Amino acid sequence: MISKYVESASSYAPDVDALILVIALVVGFWFLVAEVVLLGLVFRFTEREGVKAKYVSGEDHREKRWVSLPHFATLFFDVLIIVGALRVWSEVKMNMPQADETVRVIAQQWAWTFVHPGPDGKLDTPDDIRTIDELHVEKGKTYHFELTSRDVLHSFSVPVFRLKQDAVPGRIIKGWFRPTLTGQFDIQCVEICGIGHALMPGRIVIEDSDAHAAWLLANTPLTARAPTSPGGQP
Amino acid sequence: MRETTESPQHSHEDQPQTHHERPGFFRRYFWSTDHKIIGSQYLFTGMAMALVGGFTVYAFRMQLAFPGQSVPGWGRVTASDYNALVTTHGSVMIFWVAMPVLIAALGNYLIPLMIGCDDMVFPRINRLSYQLFLISALVLLGSFLVQGGAFGGAWTSYPPLSAKPQYNLTPAGASLWLGAVALEFVAFLLGGINFVTTVMNSRAPGMKMFDIPIVVWMIIIASILFMASVGPLVAGAVMLLFDQLAGTGFFDPAKGGDPVLWQHLFWFFGHPEVYVVMLPAFGIVAEVLTVFSRKKLFAYKTVLYTAVGTGVLSFFVWAHHQFIAGIDPRMANIFSLTTLLISIPVAEMMFVYIATLYGGSIRLATPMLWAIAFIAEFLLGGVTGIFLGSAGSDIYFHDTYFVLAHFHYTFFPIAFISVFAALTHWFPKMYGRLMSETFGKVHFWGTIIPFNFIFIPLFFLGARGDHRRIYDYSNFPDSMRAGMQDLRVLATLSLVVLLAFQVVFLINYFYSIFFGPKAPENPWRANTLEWVAPSPPPHGNFPEGLPNVYRGPYEYSHPDRVEDFWPQNEAG
Repeated sequence: MISKYVESASSYAPDVDALILVIALVVGFWFLVAEVVLLGLVFRFTEREGVKAKYVSGEDHREKRWVSLPHFATLFFDVLIIVGALRVWSEVKMNMPQADETVRVIAQQWAWTFVHPGPDGKLDTPDDIRTIDELHVEKGKTYHFELTSRDVLHSFSVPVFRLKQDAVPGRIIKGWFRPTLTGQFDIQCVEICGIGHALMPGRIVIEDSDAHAAWLLANTPLTARAPTSPGGQP
Repeated sequence: MRETTESPQHSHEDQPQTHHERPGFFRRYFWSTDHKIIGSQYLFTGMAMALVGGFTVYAFRMQLAFPGQSVPGWGRVTASDYNALVTTHGSVMIFWVAMPVLIAALGNYLIPLMIGCDDMVFPRINRLSYQLFLISALVLLGSFLVQGGAFGGAWTSYPPLSAKPQYNLTPAGASLWLGAVALEFVAFLLGGINFVTTVMNSRAPGMKMFDIPIVVWMIIIASILFMASVGPLVAGAVMLLFDQLAGTGFFDPAKGGDPVLWQHLFWFFGHPEVYVVMLPAFGIVAEVLTVFSRKKLFAYKTVLYTAVGTGVLSFFVWAHHQFIAGIDPRMANIFSLTTLLISIPVAEMMFVYIATLYGGSIRLATPMLWAIAFIAEFLLGGVTGIFLGSAGSDIYFHDTYFVLAHFHYTFFPIAFISVFAALTHWFPKMYGRLMSETFGKVHFWGTIIPFNFIFIPLFFLGARGDHRRIYDYSNFPDSMRAGMQDLRVLATLSLVVLLAFQVVFLINYFYSIFFGPKAPENPWRANTLEWVAPSPPPHGNFPEGLPNVYRGPYEYSHPDRVEDFWPQNEAG
C-alpha cells in the first residue's frame, strides 16, 4: 500500500508495509462496520409519530453482550496486531545482523555530516570519506549506522527504508539497514530543530557495487590513497 | 419545597448569599464568585483564544499551500514565523481552548447546576483560578511582542532546542511560553480541587454516586487525572526554566543531563492530558445522545468503569510518543501493548453510545447532529491511532502528517464538535433564549464537510512520507512528487472554508443571546437538575430551594409513564 507511493528500498521495508496493510485491513473493516451500524441506527430510529423509545438499561447480562462481544473482538484483533507490530519492531530496531560496513551520521543545526569508512572498510582511518548532506551506500550490503547530534535533537529519517531514529546529543545510537534498490532518495530531519528545520534535506545515494567503487575511488582523500595506485603522483 | 439548611454541607462561610444586593457591573462580570459567571469568563476567553488558534493555522497553512507568497493578514511567513505559528497553534488549542472550555467553562457552569447546589464550595479559589488563567493567556500572547518573537520549538518544547537561546533564537519567547504554561497549570489545579470537592460534598439530597450525570463524572475523573499527572511536568518545567535562565544542565548532556528526560516528564503528563480533554467530551455526548434519542444510557456503570479504566491505563502509555526517541528498544514492547490495550475501554465507550441509539426516538436537532458527528469522526481518529501505537508501523508514521491527521481526528471532535454539541444543547439554559436551528445546521455542515477535506488529504500526505513542521517542502524532492502539492492546497482551502463557517456560529450565538426567541425552562424535556433551575439561572441557581433527587439521570421513556422523561427531582 505504502510502496505504491514511496519506493520500498530496504530489506525490512516490505515487512513494515505488510504490517501497515494488515492493520489497515483489520481496522478499516471494523471502522466501516461501526460507521454503518451507527448511521444505520440513526436512520432506523429517527423519531416517528406515536412511537415511544425502548427502555433498555443495558445492565442486564443478555443486553451487555452487545458491548462485550465487540469488546472481545477488539481484544482479539489488538493481540493480533501487537504480535505483528513487535515482530517488525524487533526486526528493524532490536536484532541487528552482522554489518559489512559502518557509517557515522552526525546531525547538527542544519546539516548532516556522513562519515564513510572508505576503501579499507573501517571508520577512523585516514581514508574515511566525509560528506555533507549526501550519504553513499552500496545496494545489498548490510550497514550499521552510528547516529549522534552536535547540538539539539534531530531525527534521521529515510522514508524509502521505512527507517527513523532520533539523534540525541551526547549519545551514539546504533541501527542498521540493507539497501535493496538503487537510486537517490530523501533523507529528512523529522524532529524540529530550529528555524532551519526545513533546510536540512539530505540525500541517500544507493549505487550498485561498480558505481559505488568508482565513487569511493574518486572521493578517497588524496593523502590516504595507496602510493602504488595508478596515477599516484601528487 | 425544602430548605437549603437541611443539608449541612451547604452551610459554610464562603457560600454566596442567594438574596443580596445586586452588585455593580464590574463586580458582577469581572470580580464575581458565581460559578456561572466564572464559567462564562472561561468560555469567552477560550473562544477568543480559539480565534487566535484559528488565525495561526490559517497563516501557516497558507504558507504550505502557496509557499513564499504573502499571506493576507500576516504577510510573508518566514521560517521563524512558521515555527512560532505552529507552536502557538498547538499550545493555544490544547492548553487555552480545549482545557478551559471543556473542563473549566463547562465544569464550572454545569457541575453546581447538575448536582443541584448553589455554587462551588470554594468560590474565591474559583475566581483566582480564572484570573491566573487569564494572565497565562496574556503572557502567551505577549510573547509575540518580545525580542526574538514567540517561541518556535513546537508545543512539546523538547530541549536542548528549548533550553538554549543560541539554538532556538527566541531568548524571551521560550521562557514566556514556559511561564504561561506553568501558570495555566496552577489555574487548572485550583479548578480541579474545586470540582472534586464540590461534587463529593455538595450534591443535592438523595443524589447517590450512580445518580450523578455522566458528564459530571467525566469532568471529575479528568480533573483527578490532571492533578495526578501534572506534577512531573511542573517539575520538568521548573528544571527547563533553570536550564534556560540559570545555566543549569538538567537536560544538557555536556553537563551530565539528558534531553530525553524531558520527553518522559512531558509525555507522562501529555498522554493523560489527551484523556483529560477526551473524557468530558464523551460526557457531553452521553448527555446529548440520551436527551435527543429519548433513551436511557446503555450500561451507565460500564461507561463509568471504562472511563476510570481509561484514566488508569493512560498513565502507562506515555512512551509511545518516544518509540524512536532513543529509548531502550525493549520498552517499545511494553508500551505497544499498553497502548493497544487502551483502545479497549475507549472502543467500549463507543459501543455503549452506539448501543444507546438502538430503539431510540432520535430527533436530529443541532446538538444531536454534533453528538452523532462526534462518534462518527472520533472513530476514525481512534482507529488510526492503532497504526501509531503499534511500534513496527510507528517507525514509518512517526512525526509525519499521518500522526497530525490522527490526533486532529481526535482533538477536533473533542475540542470543537463536542463543544458545539454542548453549547447548542445548554444555550437555552445559559441565556434563556433559543439559537436558530437553520443557522445551526448550516454551521454544522459547513464545519463537518471541510473538516474531513482538511485531514483526509493529510493522512495521504503522511502515508507518502511528508514530515511535520516543515515550512517549505521544495527542498525535499520526494515530498514534491506529482499531486502532493495539490493535496496541500486542498487541505488549506478546506481550512479557509471551515474558518469562514465559524462566522455563522458566532453570529448565531451572539445574536441569539440578545434577540433569540425566549426559551422555556426545559426545552429539550431533559431529566437532569440544571433544567429545574430558571433559564438563565440566577445567582444561587435554585430560587425555590435546592431540588431533591429521587432517581438516576437517564430515565427516559420509562414504560410506567406516559411522559417520555422523568426528571431527577420529581417525587413518585
